[in-house]
Amino acid sequence: MLGNITKTVQLAAVLFAGPAFADEIWVSNEKDDTVSVIDIETMTVSRTIEVGERPRGITFSKDHKVVYVCASDSDAVQVIDPQTGEILHDLPSGEDPEQFVLHPDNRRLYIANEDDAITTVVDTQTRRVIEQIDVGVEPEGMAVSPDGKIAITTSETTNMAHWIDTQTEKLFANTLVDQRPRHAEFTHDGSELWVSAEIGGTITVFDVATQSEKTKIGFEVKGVHPDRVQPVGFEMTKDGRYVFVALGPSNHIAVVDQKTYEVIDYLLVGRRVWHMAFNGDESLLFTTNGVSGDVTVIDVAKMEPVKTIKVGRFPWGAAFRPTP
Amino acid sequence: MTPQRAGISFREFAICMMAIVNREALRFVGQRSRFLSSLVRPMVWLIVFAAGFRAALGLSIQEPYDTYITYETYIVPGLIGMVQLFNGMQSSLGLVYDREMGSMRLLLTSPMPRWWLLFSKLLAGTAISIVQVYAFLALAALFDIRFSPLGYLAILPVLVLSGLMLGALGLMLSSTIDQLENFAGIMNFVIFPMFFLSTALYPLWKMAEASPILRDICALNPFSHAVEAIRFALHLDINWASLGWTGMAFAVFFAISLIGYDPAKGSMVRKAR
Repeated sequence: MLGNITKTVQLAAVLFAGPAFADEIWVSNEKDDTVSVIDIETMTVSRTIEVGERPRGITFSKDHKVVYVCASDSDAVQVIDPQTGEILHDLPSGEDPEQFVLHPDNRRLYIANEDDAITTVVDTQTRRVIEQIDVGVEPEGMAVSPDGKIAITTSETTNMAHWIDTQTEKLFANTLVDQRPRHAEFTHDGSELWVSAEIGGTITVFDVATQSEKTKIGFEVKGVHPDRVQPVGFEMTKDGRYVFVALGPSNHIAVVDQKTYEVIDYLLVGRRVWHMAFNGDESLLFTTNGVSGDVTVIDVAKMEPVKTIKVGRFPWGAAFRPTP
Repeated sequence: MTPQRAGISFREFAICMMAIVNREALRFVGQRSRFLSSLVRPMVWLIVFAAGFRAALGLSIQEPYDTYITYETYIVPGLIGMVQLFNGMQSSLGLVYDREMGSMRLLLTSPMPRWWLLFSKLLAGTAISIVQVYAFLALAALFDIRFSPLGYLAILPVLVLSGLMLGALGLMLSSTIDQLENFAGIMNFVIFPMFFLSTALYPLWKMAEASPILRDICALNPFSHAVEAIRFALHLDINWASLGWTGMAFAVFFAISLIGYDPAKGSMVRKAR
């Protein structure tokens, strides 16, 4: 009898101790200098981790053993142990790192340095800068193709997508997009590059093979002034069906058909939606709502916002971490 | 418990109620414009008023909602309440008419207990208001304002309670009105204040921003509680406090109506003089 009780207590200790036994969404809070960790099962914030100043871009290593955070005002990319929340070390990132992307080799980190108009390539293992590439003014959006051959930087003021050959770390093409490009993503098959333009209010779709413009997608939210419809972050589903686009101060997420480029629906979320992350099976989407300081959870199958979770002040980036 | 009185069987109670419900239904069917206006009124609010509110940017989260909602979604429970409020008042108008035309005397001379007659009348009015509410919800769905399928079912018992409460309010008022012409006064002094000083159009926190007194009035208004009870049910949640307030308001209004319609005590005596 006593043995049973002891076992139960031990089991309970195992279940309730330790930080994480469920899938998580990690959210960087720009104003609080923290990262909020959302437990997907309970849909609550289970941990809040102190990080450097003005954290924005956030991404996990491919094996999810470390998490990288762009601490923009600390001029560093911080490497954090997701299990303990401890900051392991900083990477040399160049000034004002805003967004970054991890190369499929799980080693090279491509970082946009907003103030210096350069893209810094850092080796996460040797912790050294491999290359600094001159790009347009105020680089922000970063993407890397699924095969790892091309990296993209978008520059907010030059209004361009800069195409970088990752073998030589040199620019090989520059393509114009609409005003203030914020975010770039390759489709999962690598055939297209999508770039959002915040002021232009559009997404430009490029054919990767020719770097030529294929089409442009516009947005229109009923009852909202067009000036407020500002596409920023977006995510594509792996099945190639949908693209979810954050429309900034219009407080909506647009759902776009990846094949026809038609906007299927607009979903109401919190104020000034920035970026988002899917859970593991892409059944849920978590959007960071900057001004309202919360994260809205969207049921992807139903195309319906189901819950909004309070996080820190001005949440910006989001990343998924599977159960360790 | 089913009512029972010496000499009157359950069947007779039921027949009496059915007769009153039938009469009310016939009257409603005959008044097409009433049905039409009961639909047009909330739809105008929903489409014109909500559109002007710039609510596409979403309302702050408050119970029972788990996330941001549009203003259209917010005001639907309030408009359901409005449909029932108008219907409750119109039923009471019907009573005044009945009294003027003499058909009420016929009803009140029935051997049935008076409370049963009046309760049957309330139930009949409530049933009609529920038909109007579902017609309104169907129309709103055509304009893409939809709720969870179970929510439509969950509001039904709440609609019975809120319908009874608002009907009893009308009944109470009708016992004090002498003539049909006074209905305009009811519009000005009852329907409008009740509707505007409630959570139908704005949440309580918004009212509190305008004035704490306004907020308190809204919080005391039984119509607010009916609306909140409907709102929670539509969202598959239960607001016990609002249900309790609505139930209590019904009991009070109905009790006063019974006194008002008591030939020995209430205003009937006054009118007879």
